[in-house]
Amino acid sequence: MKTPCLFFLLAAMTVAGAVDDTARKSTPAAAPSPAVKPAPTPSPKPATPKANAAKPPLLATASKAAAVPVLPPPQPKPKPKAEPPLYESTSPVKAAGEIDRLVMAKLAPLGVKAVLCPDAVFVRRTFLDVIGTLPTAAEARAFIEDTKPDKRRALIETLLQRDEFAVYWAMKWSDLLRIKAEFPINLWPNAAQAYHRWVMTAIEDNMPYDQFTRELLTSSGSNFRVGPVNFYRAMQNREPEGIASAVALTFMGVRTDAWKPEKLASMARFFTQVGYKPTSEWKEEHVFWDPMGTHTLAGNIAPGKASIEEIGKPAAPAQGVATTETPALPATGEAVFPDGKKIKLPEDRDPREVFADWLITPKNPWFTRSIANRVWSWFLGRGIINAPDDIREKNPPSNPELLAYLESELVKSKYDLKHLYRLILNSNTYQSSSLLGDTKPEAQAQFARYPLRRLEAELIIDAINKITGTTELYTSAIPEPFTYIPQGEPAVSIGDGSITSPFLALFGRSARATGMEDERSNKFIAPQWLHLLNSTQIQKKLETGPGLRDIIGAKRGPQHTLEELYLTILSRLPTAAEVELALSYGEPKQGLNKAGKPRIGKRTEEWNDIAWALLNSSEFLFRH
Amino acid sequence: MSTADFNQLGLTLSRSTTRRDVMQAGLFSTASVLFSNTHAATAPAPQALPTAPFKTKAKSVIQVFLWGGMSHNDTWDPKPDAGYDYNGPMKAPLSTNVAGIQLSEWFPKLAQQADKFSLIRSMTHGNNGHETAAYLVQTAHQPGERLAYPSVGAVFSYFRGKNYKGVLPPYVVLTQPQGRFSEEGFLGAKLKPFATGGDPNASRFEVEGVISRSISDTRQQARRDLLAKMDTLRQTAGGDAQLTASEQAKAEAYDMILGKGREVFDLTKEKPDLRDRYGRHTFGQDCLAARRMVEAGVPYIVINYPGGWDTHSNHFQTMGRQAPELDQGLAALLLDLKERGLLESTLVWCCGEFGRGPKIDWQPPWNGGRNHYGKVFSVLVAGGGFKGGHVVGSSDAKAEEVKDRPVYPVDLLGSVYQLAGIDPKAKLPHPMGLEAHVLPYGEEGVKSAGLLTEIM
Repeated sequence: MKTPCLFFLLAAMTVAGAVDDTARKSTPAAAPSPAVKPAPTPSPKPATPKANAAKPPLLATASKAAAVPVLPPPQPKPKPKAEPPLYESTSPVKAAGEIDRLVMAKLAPLGVKAVLCPDAVFVRRTFLDVIGTLPTAAEARAFIEDTKPDKRRALIETLLQRDEFAVYWAMKWSDLLRIKAEFPINLWPNAAQAYHRWVMTAIEDNMPYDQFTRELLTSSGSNFRVGPVNFYRAMQNREPEGIASAVALTFMGVRTDAWKPEKLASMARFFTQVGYKPTSEWKEEHVFWDPMGTHTLAGNIAPGKASIEEIGKPAAPAQGVATTETPALPATGEAVFPDGKKIKLPEDRDPREVFADWLITPKNPWFTRSIANRVWSWFLGRGIINAPDDIREKNPPSNPELLAYLESELVKSKYDLKHLYRLILNSNTYQSSSLLGDTKPEAQAQFARYPLRRLEAELIIDAINKITGTTELYTSAIPEPFTYIPQGEPAVSIGDGSITSPFLALFGRSARATGMEDERSNKFIAPQWLHLLNSTQIQKKLETGPGLRDIIGAKRGPQHTLEELYLTILSRLPTAAEVELALSYGEPKQGLNKAGKPRIGKRTEEWNDIAWALLNSSEFLFRH
Repeated sequence: MSTADFNQLGLTLSRSTTRRDVMQAGLFSTASVLFSNTHAATAPAPQALPTAPFKTKAKSVIQVFLWGGMSHNDTWDPKPDAGYDYNGPMKAPLSTNVAGIQLSEWFPKLAQQADKFSLIRSMTHGNNGHETAAYLVQTAHQPGERLAYPSVGAVFSYFRGKNYKGVLPPYVVLTQPQGRFSEEGFLGAKLKPFATGGDPNASRFEVEGVISRSISDTRQQARRDLLAKMDTLRQTAGGDAQLTASEQAKAEAYDMILGKGREVFDLTKEKPDLRDRYGRHTFGQDCLAARRMVEAGVPYIVINYPGGWDTHSNHFQTMGRQAPELDQGLAALLLDLKERGLLESTLVWCCGEFGRGPKIDWQPPWNGGRNHYGKVFSVLVAGGGFKGGHVVGSSDAKAEEVKDRPVYPVDLLGSVYQLAGIDPKAKLPHPMGLEAHVLPYGEEGVKSAGLLTEIM
């Protein structure tokens, strides 16, 4: 195959295996959990006339390109005139559903005209966003060449059912739920593993989000055996007010540091009866409802330290806030919900349950809103309320109707997060190109385009390892005995934030100390570039990794080698200009080949440099 | 006993406690001005602490950290009369070029430079755990608090990095990070030190990410050009704010790879006999590289001693090998800084997280080792506004207890901050908006005996 590929679809290339594989996986899983519903077809609501006027159908690019015959292989190729843009399709964004209608209603006055991303961009974007991994060259090629009109919807469905889905989303939740064995979140390794396993299983089973929250808020039992009890242990401050802060941040998207102290203290009443008690097993701890306050730890005491010596001492009064009591606080035995509603705490019920009953209902002003907004921000790069964990009156949503719609869908689906994922992923808004000629600041807040964002630390190193066929060592230096993760495990699958590598630390993986969304930093700093551009670690992977060696050493001709490199690293085929540029890099080999023509092969070192350049390109490092 | 709870000092003197009371309680007069930039005689009322910026004497800091904890008895606080159980095979200490100051037999070169540094022989915090003590010594905050404070280097990087225009990162570690200590604390990954990796004593100091073993300059430049041409998305989406910031960071990186940055690490630019003077071993060349970084304007440099000082066993053998290298590198560094007129503006401090047990542990499996000891140990300070040729405080006859003038971590770091013009009261940005300050003034249980005004 010597034809430079001008279009994303090359009908002549058959990758039957990959197509079959995709097709097999795209059929819904044999036994979907009850919560998994088939993707509803977004009802074709009447779109605004402007947006809907005489546009080509959604997948015009695909079908048009498919009809183009493969060109004969003249070498070198004259520069083609009609190469389609790499990052923009010819299809405009239009109202494919309610999300798009609501977004376009805000964009129309701004004069923004967005277009959809091409298939090659879509396949990469969706793999990264849904399962946190790159498509293989075969997967990318198969999708690009697929001519079925509903292939995007089919790919989304396939990805939502893949095993990596739960692994990737457990990583996201582990940041928010602060899953870390040591300092400043002191869960201890066994407990961090139990917590992470519970989260991952819940995601695998697509546990409805209301149930997920309730289990985290109300579970009791051993930190080693009942994963969700670790929610109450994964906090730097385990006094009732610290717990209330963590609950508000995690499930209401609210930062309590701006609250009046009385408001926090009143909410904290629901968490004054959380007990922590040690067992005879090292670092095991039971979290339980402790109305008598017999084991309530005063202050921030490390797990396990909890005090055999304290047993037998007179218990602190259950109302531990007595000393800081001010007139604004409710009377003993009472608590106040964050919406101002007062309640007398029943004596026969765990106050955590009372709080959960108030929180976990569609009527609650924060609960549904917070998660709907978070999910949106995970796919579109910013919240409708932004930052997504800063919900407050003076920080209004940029598109209240859109947020209300997402909330209503979540309620209707009984808090099925995958339903929300499907709606968003299938929208034209999500599938828009990341390029936008006239950038207006307000357009960004209205989701005029899919925003460019650097990949997370774990995704970068996993992608580099996948491409080069290499592995990493992940360890935890504290506590002893050190933990080692078997080589070959991807970074996204590490449950415990204490288990790390220099790469992950350098690239801004979340410290999991606060559970805030921005604790993870995906902004480039110079030392990160030093590492990617010029470190021994990356250079060694390029030079000795079997993955690249297989591609470069396959001797399929430079054109083919280059296409494989592009598909593997950037999930697309090179343009003619890129082919010319890459093939002219370095010194051509001297001499003639068997056919008597000048040899155009490259030295391995030059191929390494080409692969290096692709790994350091913005297209590799940024979601786009 | 001249100690006081920190919250009795300076800012938070309660209404019933006057400065006079504090003095009468036996405090050093300096104690109440720990966070002022004035000296003892003009101690201001607590309410009227100055807000003006401090005068900056130390432009750069070199911290030599002796991870594991170096014995003070066998080095900078010799007790020749303490007997065999305390001194083992140690010979008589050496006199120095300052009358009255003696160092152990392993420090002949430093003994010739004693006028350039001062010794604190009464450093104390009482903590015997590596991680917790390392945290205490390098943050001055109590371990086990709710917040994970940044190290003094990260604090420098935070305050000095804002207007810093140097080509190297503002906080550099030679050559490996401390591993079990999170230098950046809650300040986050941006304040992490840049660790050089490599070995400055090798024929080529391969600074990780800056100087690559296998890539020639020609190839480096060719790759850079190739990347610029092949970065199709950047060319297409050039105006994107994220990509612009990323390109800026990349340009900074290339300033190090192909620009002036790497020259700092090129020790072959130094005269061979100067390199010999520093010692042809990793620590010696670490010191030389640190001096070159000072010249390049790097605000904070840490040399994590290559090799450890955690000599529970094989103590005297390890010390006999390591201490002379420490002696050679440190002495050459001080002399070189002095000769170049840099000592006035460069603060050097050197210690481990604690000392080692004065009484030798002859039991198996230690067989003549020394164990962790945080009750009293020694620190060397020089330059950047510290006077040379002095000894601050002292330990008792066997170096087991502080005899007089204790120096706590806040006292040492408070002095370093003051000389560097960093306000120890300044707020640090906590990601959860929590109140956090450079030093733990006014907090319960934080002990202080005052800034090191006697040598400032």
